[in-house]
Amino acid sequence: MKVDTKAIEEAARELYIRALKILPADVKDGFARLSARETDRTAKGVLATMVTNIAVAEDTDNLLCQDTGIPIYNVTVGRNVDFDGYALKQAIRSGCERATREHPLRSSVVHPLTRVNEHTSCGIEVPVIHIDFSDLPRTLRIEMIPKGSGSENNSFLKMAVPADGVDAIKAFVIDCVIAAGGKTCPPTIVGVGLGGTSDLCIALAKRAATRELGSRCSDARGAQIEEQLSGAVNRLGVGPQGLGGDATAFAVHVELAATHITMNPIAVNMQCHSARRATATFTPEGVSFGF
Amino acid sequence: MAHYVMKMPVDEGQVRRLRVNDTVTLQRTLFGIRDATLIALFDRGRTTRFDLRGHAVIHTAPNVKKVDPSPQHPAGYAPVCIGTTTSDRMERFTRPLLQRNGVRIVVGKGGLRADSMAAFREFGGVYLAIVGGTAALETTWIERIEDVDMDDLNPESLWEFRIRDFGPLLVAMDSHGASLYDVVRHDVEARREKVLADLGLKPR
Repeated sequence: MKVDTKAIEEAARELYIRALKILPADVKDGFARLSARETDRTAKGVLATMVTNIAVAEDTDNLLCQDTGIPIYNVTVGRNVDFDGYALKQAIRSGCERATREHPLRSSVVHPLTRVNEHTSCGIEVPVIHIDFSDLPRTLRIEMIPKGSGSENNSFLKMAVPADGVDAIKAFVIDCVIAAGGKTCPPTIVGVGLGGTSDLCIALAKRAATRELGSRCSDARGAQIEEQLSGAVNRLGVGPQGLGGDATAFAVHVELAATHITMNPIAVNMQCHSARRATATFTPEGVSFGF
Repeated sequence: MAHYVMKMPVDEGQVRRLRVNDTVTLQRTLFGIRDATLIALFDRGRTTRFDLRGHAVIHTAPNVKKVDPSPQHPAGYAPVCIGTTTSDRMERFTRPLLQRNGVRIVVGKGGLRADSMAAFREFGGVYLAIVGGTAALETTWIERIEDVDMDDLNPESLWEFRIRDFGPLLVAMDSHGASLYDVVRHDVEARREKVLADLGLKPR
């Protein structure tokens, strides 16, 4: 299958706008679940406002949140897909720029030292583009995630040691959720990365935070910790917007990798309640959009 | 718990009347500020031509569209999506906003800390919590962008919004030393040990 560069640019443009406007069904279901269980009066009101906002965004064809985030594109290349890799990266960048200029969107991206905003949502190394491979025949998938800063500013890494054990993992996650409080726009998806190197550990946490609600860690031990921590964080009382209540997180997600005999790295990255993502899938039949 | 409708600007007495858990709907005028605006004003000595005395400011940086100036868009900007950002990053600017510029109300999400609390008490100010991440809804409360200053910082300019029925917003920090965030923080701290014990951890 040959993928046209122009089609990728169009998809990259469309994905950014779609992700900012339409919340995935699994996140909407997550709201319904949390609202049904909430016991705090203020928290019920906050959750209801969030649900109203989702409907207003769809009715008025507007962005869910003003934060257009740092644009992230995750590309998964299946088998027998023919494309020019360099051109693909250029096309994604140019689609991202066009979405920003043509919609228009607020460019939330600046140089880290000069703080200059190019008003393109692009800059050095941004949009973030990750490329991976899968065994799906003749399929190219592009996932777009606008990662908001309220949640991203609460990212944590701890290089624990083996003697600290699994207890250190659980305590660290709980304390990160407490430290983040209302700053991350809870209810959140708490992404936990375990193992790997320090950089891989943080990447795993981001992957976990942006995973579909209802999905589980493919490792049995990881899935077990996910379940325990998902229950535990909602007994802390942080609540939606940090104003108290039960609904602190939709879920805790864990992703893990093998690590060194001397290491026990733990990373936490959170996704806010506007857990936005969109995907475009290219097959020989054409391109289709989803979550 | 009372509900107040406040036509901006307001005086000290009106703000001192507010207590945590009251709700407020703002009318008429709201100013938008952000990290870069505050850094420029208080770290770099820039000034604004806007008179903020008695006014409300919101922690924001909107999505806007540049248009030809008209009665509907006097500043040459149409609102696209206007929401609220995390207040905590701008904690150290609450005091000078109140003391030097006479601001009475800060609207934001996630709460502010001890020095803001002290400034609210000292000068007569409050923090109103809006539901973060609900910008599509918030945008419907904004009639137009009336004016803009320090626009070289765009989107982190100093914005003047014309608002209508902006709220209800929750009084989360008042001028009498009460903060809902402190209440939650103490409650969470008290629950932490049991949550860890339920996860099988021994107290350390």
